[in-house]
This record gives sequence, C-alpha cells and structure tokens, in this order.
Amino acid sequence: MAEQHRPVAHPVDSRRSFLTEALAIVTGGLATLTPVAAGVWAFLDPLRRTKAAASYLPVTELAAIPDDGLPRQFPVIADRVDAWTGFAAEPIGAVYLRRAKGSDTVEALSATCPHAGCFVEMESTGKCFRCPCHNSEFTLDGGIVAPSPSPRPMDALECRVAENGGVEVRWQKFRAGVADKVEQ
Amino acid sequence: MKHTNHGDAVQKGVFGRLADFFDDRTGYRALMHEALYERVPGGARWRYVWGSTLVFAFMTQVITGLFLWASYSASAQTAWESVYYIQHEMAGGWLLRGIHHFMAQAMVVLLALHLLQVVIDGAYKAPREVNFWLGLILMMLVLGMALTGYLLPWDQKGYWATIVATNLAGIVPGIGPSLQQLVIGGSEYGHHTLTRFFALHAGFLPGALILMLVIHLSLFRKHGLHAKQPITKPDAMFWPDQVLRDAVAMLAVMAVVLGVILVPALRAMLAGEPVDVGHLGAELGAPADPSLPYAAARPEWYFLFLFQFLKVFEGWGATGEFLGAIVVPGLIMGVMFLMPIIGNWKLGHRFNVAFTLGIVAGAGLLTAMALNEDYYALWADKAALADAQKLYDETGGDEEKLAAALGGDKAKITAMEAKWEKLEKIRHSQAFLDASKQATLDAARAIELAGRPEKIPTAGMLELVRTDAKSQGPRLFAQHCASCHAYVDPQAAEAASVIAKASAANLHGFGSAAWMRGLLDPDQVAGPAYFGNTAHKDGDMVNFVQNELTDTDTWKKDDIEAVVVAMAAEAGLAGEKAAEPLVAKGRELIASDERCGSCHRFRDNGTDLGTACDLTGWGSREWLVGIIVDPTHERFYGDTNDRMPSFGKAPEGGLPRLTRAQIELIADWLRGEWYRPAVAAH
Ligand code: FES
Repeated sequence: MAEQHRPVAHPVDSRRSFLTEALAIVTGGLATLTPVAAGVWAFLDPLRRTKAAASYLPVTELAAIPDDGLPRQFPVIADRVDAWTGFAAEPIGAVYLRRAKGSDTVEALSATCPHAGCFVEMESTGKCFRCPCHNSEFTLDGGIVAPSPSPRPMDALECRVAENGGVEVRWQKFRAGVADKVEQ
Repeated sequence: MKHTNHGDAVQKGVFGRLADFFDDRTGYRALMHEALYERVPGGARWRYVWGSTLVFAFMTQVITGLFLWASYSASAQTAWESVYYIQHEMAGGWLLRGIHHFMAQAMVVLLALHLLQVVIDGAYKAPREVNFWLGLILMMLVLGMALTGYLLPWDQKGYWATIVATNLAGIVPGIGPSLQQLVIGGSEYGHHTLTRFFALHAGFLPGALILMLVIHLSLFRKHGLHAKQPITKPDAMFWPDQVLRDAVAMLAVMAVVLGVILVPALRAMLAGEPVDVGHLGAELGAPADPSLPYAAARPEWYFLFLFQFLKVFEGWGATGEFLGAIVVPGLIMGVMFLMPIIGNWKLGHRFNVAFTLGIVAGAGLLTAMALNEDYYALWADKAALADAQKLYDETGGDEEKLAAALGGDKAKITAMEAKWEKLEKIRHSQAFLDASKQATLDAARAIELAGRPEKIPTAGMLELVRTDAKSQGPRLFAQHCASCHAYVDPQAAEAASVIAKASAANLHGFGSAAWMRGLLDPDQVAGPAYFGNTAHKDGDMVNFVQNELTDTDTWKKDDIEAVVVAMAAEAGLAGEKAAEPLVAKGRELIASDERCGSCHRFRDNGTDLGTACDLTGWGSREWLVGIIVDPTHERFYGDTNDRMPSFGKAPEGGLPRLTRAQIELIADWLRGEWYRPAVAAH
C-alpha cells in the first residue's frame, strides 16, 4: 500500500495564486449556492401569498339573535382553500353576535383572542368573556377587564343586516399581541 | 504506511485477515483506540455520565424518529390519521411513539441537569468557552424540536399550542409578521404548517444539531474532561470503566421512559382490567378543529413556565407580551452566553451559579403556579367557601348588593371579597378541568370512530367527527335547543331542578315508551317535563290527558299502555320492545276517531291536519327532522306553535338557522343513533 509522495508544485507567481484561490471560491460558491437559492426561493413563497380582501359572509338571521344584549356564538362558514385542497362551506371560525333590546343592529366580536389567538369563550356565569389560555377577561361588549394579559379589547367585526333579515359579518383577522388592531 | 501486517497474515484466521485488510485501508484501529482510550482524570465517575445520557437520548430520538417517519404523513388530512394508525393499529406503534414522546421529555430534563452541572463546576471557563456556547445552541435546537414535534399529530392540543407559539413569534418587531407567515406557510394554519414543522423537526433542526454535536464532542475531546477537583484516584481510560457507567446510566434513562409508558398497563393488570395498548404511551387528542374552542390548551409541561410567564405581565398590554415572550427570555439567554466572560471576574462564577439556580427556581415556581391555577379546584376547600358561594348566588356577584347584604361592614366585605376571589379561582380551574375531561371524551370518540370497519373517509377525520351525532348532537342541542328544552335523565339526581328551569319539554328519551307514559300521565303532562312551562299548558292535549284519560271506563289501563307501546313503535328506537298484539291494539286506538284520532291524523285515518300533530311515524327520524325544520307546518303545531323556531326554513335568499345535515345530527342524537363499535366476543 505504500505510495510514493510526489512533490507538490508550488506556484511561484503569487498573483496567479490569488486568482486561482478567488476563482476556486467563486466557482465552488456558485455551485453550492444554486441549490440553496432555489430552496430559499421556494421557501419564501408564503410571503407572496397575500390574503384575499375580507368579504361579508352570511352568518345567520336576525331572528336567531335574541334581543337581550347577551352575546351568542355562531360559526362562520365559508369555502376555504388550504394549499392544494379546496373545502366547500366549512366552519372557519366563530363570532359572537348580540343585539340590544328592541334594536335591529347587531354587534359582532371575533372569537379569536387578541392576546395570542386562542378561542375566547363566554364564562359559565354568562357575565363576561374569558380566554382559557392566559385568563384575559372581557366584558360582554368586548372591553378589556384590567388587569389583562391582552393588549387590546376583543376585535369588533363589521356587521350588517340584509333586507331579508340575514346577518352578515365582514370576516377579518387581526394581528395578535399588539395594541393596535392591524389586519393580518 | 510505516508498517504492515502482511508477514503475520499467514498465521491469522479469516476474520483477522479481514480486519487487517480494512485497517490497512482505513486505519480504523487507531480511530477506535482514540475514541475509547480517552484519559479520564481521577478515574471513572458517575458524575461524568450526564453528557453521555444526552447523546443517548438524542440517538434514541433519531432511531425512533426515523421509524415514526416511515409511517407518518404530514398533511392536514393525514397527519392525525397516520398518527392514529401508528398508535392504535400498528403492532408496536404505541411503544415506538411512547418512547419518542417520553424520551423527548427526558432529554429536556437531562439537558437541564447537564447545564446545571457545567455551570456549577465552572466547566464553561477557558478554554471551553466555545464549547459552552455550542451547548447553549444545542439546547435551543432541542427545545425547537420539542416545540415543532408537538404540532405534528395535528390534534387539538398541538394545534392550539402552536397558534399561541406562532402568534408570539409574530410580535417580534419588524420581521415578526413575515416570520410568522413563513413558519406557518401562509396566512392560515394547514398543510404547509405541517410540512414546514415536519421539515424543521426532522430535517433542519436535527441536521443542525448533529453538526453542532459533532463539534461539541470533538472540542470536548480536545480539551479533555473537566475533572471535578480534588482528584484522589489515579487516572483511568474511558474504556471500559467509564463506558460501563455510561451504559448503566443510559439503561436507567430508558428504564424510566419505559416505566412511564408501562405503569398504566401494570396497574390495569393488577386490577384485573383488560389492557388496551393503544392507550399506553403518548396520548392522541381529538383532531385539530379551528372552529371548536379548546379550553384545555396548554403547552407541554416543560414550556408551562413560559406560558405562565405571560400572565405575569398582566395589565402591561402589548409591552407586557413583548417583554414576557421576547425580551426577558432573550435577555436570559444573553446572560447565559456571556457566562464564560462574566466568569473571569472575581465574583463572576458565583454570579453565574446564582443566576442559573435562580432561573431554575423561577421556572419551577412558575410551573407550580400554572399547575395550581389549573388544578386548584381539586384541592381547594370548597366547604369553607359555602357561605361565600351562597351570598354570591344571592347577589349575583354584585359588589354593591354584597355591601348591602353585609350591612356595609368594611371588614366583613373585604373578607367576603377575598373569598369571592377564591371562588373565581375555583371557577376558572373547574372550567379547565371540565374542558380537559371533555377533551378526553372527544379524543376517545374520535379514536372509536377511526376504528370503524369503514375506516376514515378521504376528507379526513375531522369530517367524520363533524358528522358524528354522538359528538355533535350535544353541542348543537346546547347551542340551539337548550335555551328552552331540557335534556336530562329523569332518574338523575339533579333532574328535577334542571327540568324545572327549562321552558319546554325534557327531550331525554323522546320517542321511548317511558317518555310517552309520562306524557299520558295526568300528574305529569302539565308538569315542567312536558307542557308545564309552555303555551300548551292549558291546551287541548293537557285537558284530554287530565280529564278524559282519567275516565277508566273508556280508557282502561291496558288501553293506555297499548297506545304507549304503539307510539313507541312508531318512533322505533333501538332497544324498545313490545308485544305485537298490544302494538296492533294501540294502533287501532290511536287511529280511531273516538280516541286519539278525533284530533290526530294517524296513517290513513282521514283526520284533517291542522288540529293536532300527525302521529304517523311520531318520533321517527323523518318526523323529528320535520318538526325541527318547521314546527309551524300543519303536520306539527301549525299556528298553535309556541316559540319553537323553524330551524330549517330559510328566509328569502338567506340561510336557515341550521343546515339539513345539522338537523339530522340533532335528530339522530335525540334518538340515540350513532356509531357504536361492536362489542368484542368473549
Ligand atoms: S391567548 Fe387569550 S389570553 Fe392568551
């Protein structure tokens, strides 16, 4: 197995040596960076997927919301696309709707906690909302009950009542954990 | 090659010659020698085993992880399904997944121990600074793998915990929202959240970890073991003394992990109960459902302190969340990275030790607080709060009323308010416990459904759960029916009070002979379980039952019973049996225009609709669906309908309150019709 070690040629010309080094680095770098760049390019794809503008979705009818000022939870149903799968009429979230005595206007609150996105629920006493994750408490109109981990009140959603009594909510999502209500 | 063994080869056996062949070409003997004959100053010791157990734990994760990978499928419609299959259908899958799940937890514990030891022993000091930093990076990689792994089964708990974690990533200033979008693979959680988390969990993170680990270990070898002073015994070699100790420690770690997995089985066996291996090891919750609240959302126990930490900044608003989720953890990591430098100062090492112990104690305290909040109701002394509860119920929790009730006595009011606070804690804790219980039930039902002979449909498990009457019925009923109707077994302890509060009939057992017997009972018909709290309280039916059915000349006891069983036969609930002749007699009575038929249509008795309910097929699925769709239809209450909404009728161009499918779910649930697994033959 003994091999003869032959002498290595030492380039005398240091300018040529620098050129070779630089070229080696650039060539090798280009070769390796190509797959990296292709990977990163595809990986960043979600950044260019902006959400379609929020639209009004029919949620229920006016008669289904008793006019007692107490919020009721309703699922929001819509078609949904998840990457390559299309879902027809699926529950995609929930809203709380309420209306005051004798009033025809409906207030809508998103059930998504503005703190970190858990599902806010009505407390069993029916007196307030409470998020089960970090105990943020909200009044029935969505206001913050201090002290609260949540940086802002529950997110109100735009809501309108159509002529046929259908209640429609503009389904939006907002960034969690910030004081301002910024659409996501 | 300075020297070859060719000359001796003649005397060696075939294995010896083979070994020589490879050694000549690879030099593996020297490598092995270097690996095994590391000098251990002061000889082998138990305290040196922690690093090795960590490497072992990681190797276990790689091995079990690869085999899990061989059966896992990362997509929103297959993740839960494939994990279910591993856990409940594949031979040994429960053990594989159990080891992976609990070894991950063991790894976190071992990491903490290793870190503590390194800091306390001062092993981070020169020349080992770089290795200490590598160790910290390794720690973060391990935690990252734990975090990403939690989502992969795509069950409720992983899903909601991930929502919280990724939303927190979103508050990093500047890049937060983009970071969040990249991690979840878009703006909604779904397929790409899973594929990305999986790639991180099984590719990027372990790849980086292995790289770091190789450098960590070679640097460790370069600097040698950081020996604990004073050294009293002579030095020894790594092999075999230290290796034996390491091996014993590894086996012990594995034994603990296996113990955690197998103890429930042992318990069941001792109690003489059958053991379902699918329920051993790691649990699998109900499939992730973004539209279903999950009040039991909690991260894995070793992240509980971070979770609790967010509550510490209550009332700080967005700043608090930023501090709690990003700044403080970042600062802590920063200080840890600076430890080798801090350690150069006179009191630096003491500071480092105190700091680390402080962090561990703080994390322990926060974990205890989190657990106490969640489980408070289990150990709170509720008897001592009975008076407070009473007062709370009376005043409705109103502080002014409380002051009035206590005659304005300041001391008493403060004392009572303190008690109310405890009550509130109990309420919160109870809500968590109830949610956990519900989560367990939901998980069990999902697993039962997945085990149907028809298997899981293409659309995935969520679809199966959403169309399951047993799981959806109670929810739909609670949301749409329970504001008027009760649903409680009349034999249950709390039944009377529940029924009394309801403003419409108790629908438990609707369609059964027992239910009908109650309706035809003069003492019950105007009670709250039937028409008592409705507009029909003084209606024709109540009048008939109370005044005509009591006439024993016309209505013999047998006649009434015949009507009861004939009505139950219309509903045709499973498990209701009656003698055929009696049913036939009952049908005649119902149809007869001298009896029920004078008001009620029954089959072809010719009575006009509109005066009373059509009794044809009463309580059947079709009949129930019909009355829920539209009780004002002439087949049902017509214009005498009390308050019941027409759930299935849509206003012009609008949506009905309930879809046909939802109404069918309620009807099936009321009738007790849902999938039940066949009972295994003994
Ligand atoms: S997510 Fe609601 S309180 Fe934290």
